Amino acid sequence: MAEISIDKVAKSFASFTALHGIDLFVADREFLVLLGASGCGKTTLLRLIAGLDFPTGGDIAIGGRRVNDLPPRLRGIAMVFQNYAIFPHLTVFENIAFGLRMKRLPKAEVETRVTRSASLMHIEQLLSRYSGQLSGGQRQRVAVARALAMEPDVLLMDEPLSNLDALLRLEMRAELKGVLQESRTTTVYVTHDQVEAMSLGDRIAVMDQGRIVQAATPIEVYRNPATRFVGGFIGSPPMNFLAARRHNGGWNVAGVELDGPSVDRSEIQFGIRPEDLAPAEEGLSGNVRVVEPLGAHKLVTMHVGDTLFRAIVDSDHTIQPGERLTLSPRPDRVRWFDPKTGASIN
Amino acid sequence: MTAVADAIPASTAVDARKAGRLLNMAIVAVLCAWVLLPIYLIAVNAMSAPADVTGWPKRAWPGFHFGSLSFFINYAGVARAMLNSVLVAALTMIFAIGLGAPAGYALARFRFPGKEPFRLLVLMTRAFPLPLLALPLAVLFIRTGLDDSIIGLALVHTVLALPFAVLITYALFMGIPRELEEAAWTLGCTRVQAFRKVVLPLALPGIAASGVFAFVTSWNEVFAAAVLTVQNRTLTAFLIQSLNISPLPLKFAGGAVLILPALIFLFAVRRYLFSLWGIANR
Repeated sequence: MAEISIDKVAKSFASFTALHGIDLFVADREFLVLLGASGCGKTTLLRLIAGLDFPTGGDIAIGGRRVNDLPPRLRGIAMVFQNYAIFPHLTVFENIAFGLRMKRLPKAEVETRVTRSASLMHIEQLLSRYSGQLSGGQRQRVAVARALAMEPDVLLMDEPLSNLDALLRLEMRAELKGVLQESRTTTVYVTHDQVEAMSLGDRIAVMDQGRIVQAATPIEVYRNPATRFVGGFIGSPPMNFLAARRHNGGWNVAGVELDGPSVDRSEIQFGIRPEDLAPAEEGLSGNVRVVEPLGAHKLVTMHVGDTLFRAIVDSDHTIQPGERLTLSPRPDRVRWFDPKTGASIN
Repeated sequence: MTAVADAIPASTAVDARKAGRLLNMAIVAVLCAWVLLPIYLIAVNAMSAPADVTGWPKRAWPGFHFGSLSFFINYAGVARAMLNSVLVAALTMIFAIGLGAPAGYALARFRFPGKEPFRLLVLMTRAFPLPLLALPLAVLFIRTGLDDSIIGLALVHTVLALPFAVLITYALFMGIPRELEEAAWTLGCTRVQAFRKVVLPLALPGIAASGVFAFVTSWNEVFAAAVLTVQNRTLTAFLIQSLNISPLPLKFAGGAVLILPALIFLFAVRRYLFSLWGIANR
């Protein structure tokens, strides 16, 4: 059983607080993604779980065992680093075998595990090469193979795909998902790429400035963002936000009357994703500034009032910059947020 | 605006660039001559017959007459002095690496108060003029019994070699990413094991180079050696003493024997000496 329990974990460096009281539970065999922009604390949290750094407050437990004071080698973890950290003075075989040799496994066992790991990552033919003779993508596979060969309780990955070019990243993402699903190891994966997060995670923990803002399944985070920040961070293009003023029983959003939550406030925020808008006779309207034909659909950038607003319309829909476009939001996809705290209102 | 730009015609700009390049080449030529000329003169004259060395016109090419060299090497005391030089240099190398490499590692890996002043201080020790220290040092050595000993001289040479050992190993360890050690920790190593299995194999060439540099620094050092040794003279001290009154061919022969090992060693480790200017080698 390799569940990870993070209880009120905090980390400060001199005057700077990187993590404020993080509470997180990763179930056994779950694939959890830590998602956030640079500097939000996700790598710091991963390093605390790994034991490369120690928390200034709180407790971390792996498999029910408190690991706060344990060094990395006693935590049952294996880690894939952002820059791969392949040992340049060893062959690929020796790199993958490194951890196994440290465990004093018999030679035959080492051989078996290394070849199995290597064939999982399709690098069997590179076993006698050195890291200097490998491409970036190949090095990345060696790094993953090295971690998998350890058969750890917990697998930690720190932005392993961020140094690869776009096409390779796409391929590796699919491959990685397949391999990790088969291995069924508890995994914590750090990334700033929300597409990676949506694709790979059983659950996503969105982080901002040292706090976990929302931890839920990818579709839940996408459809029901807990805060305005999550709504704007996840999804490309991001969610649109407009001011909503109380009007009679409902809300006035850019001149359109909509039914909304009954809260005791005079102004809240209206949120809708670009793909949840459809051209209609009545609705939110504005002047189109830019039309980007993206092949699968058209991305329309317009101004509603004086706010920048994006919509995704069908490729065949004829619309030109300068024209006026009216869009009707799907009622079940509309989201409301508190303008001061950013929290979602139900 | 355009009027000002037109005032400097294109041809003058080209001339200025050409002049700059010429100046560059001239400076490089002077520096090369500064270093190569003495080596050339020694090479020619050490391997020529004594008559050619003292005669006129001077030879431009060695006569490959090894009389001077063989006389020098068989001269009483030379072999002994060379042995002393080797011993002192070897000890210097061991001390400099033993103290310098850990210091370089600490500077590269750890944050501690006083780190920057320490780095500066290490460099500044080289700025202190040795002649000023020589007499008080000699007195101290006599009092503590280190006078005229291999170890005593090795200690002084260690102080001279240490700044470079520290700086070279510092640049070396900076060039080995911390991530490699961290990866080793996650794969079952303690800090010491990670250092031994991952950092050391990668750092060894550089550490060897700074060891060689310490060796050469000690080998070439003449002032402290002359002041602090009487019976157990090193080669440099010996040369100062006896070559003063020797004929010219022997002076050249002595010079050749002195600089040859240093030249060979330095040539072998030249790549690592760039880190003295702070360029990490990786």
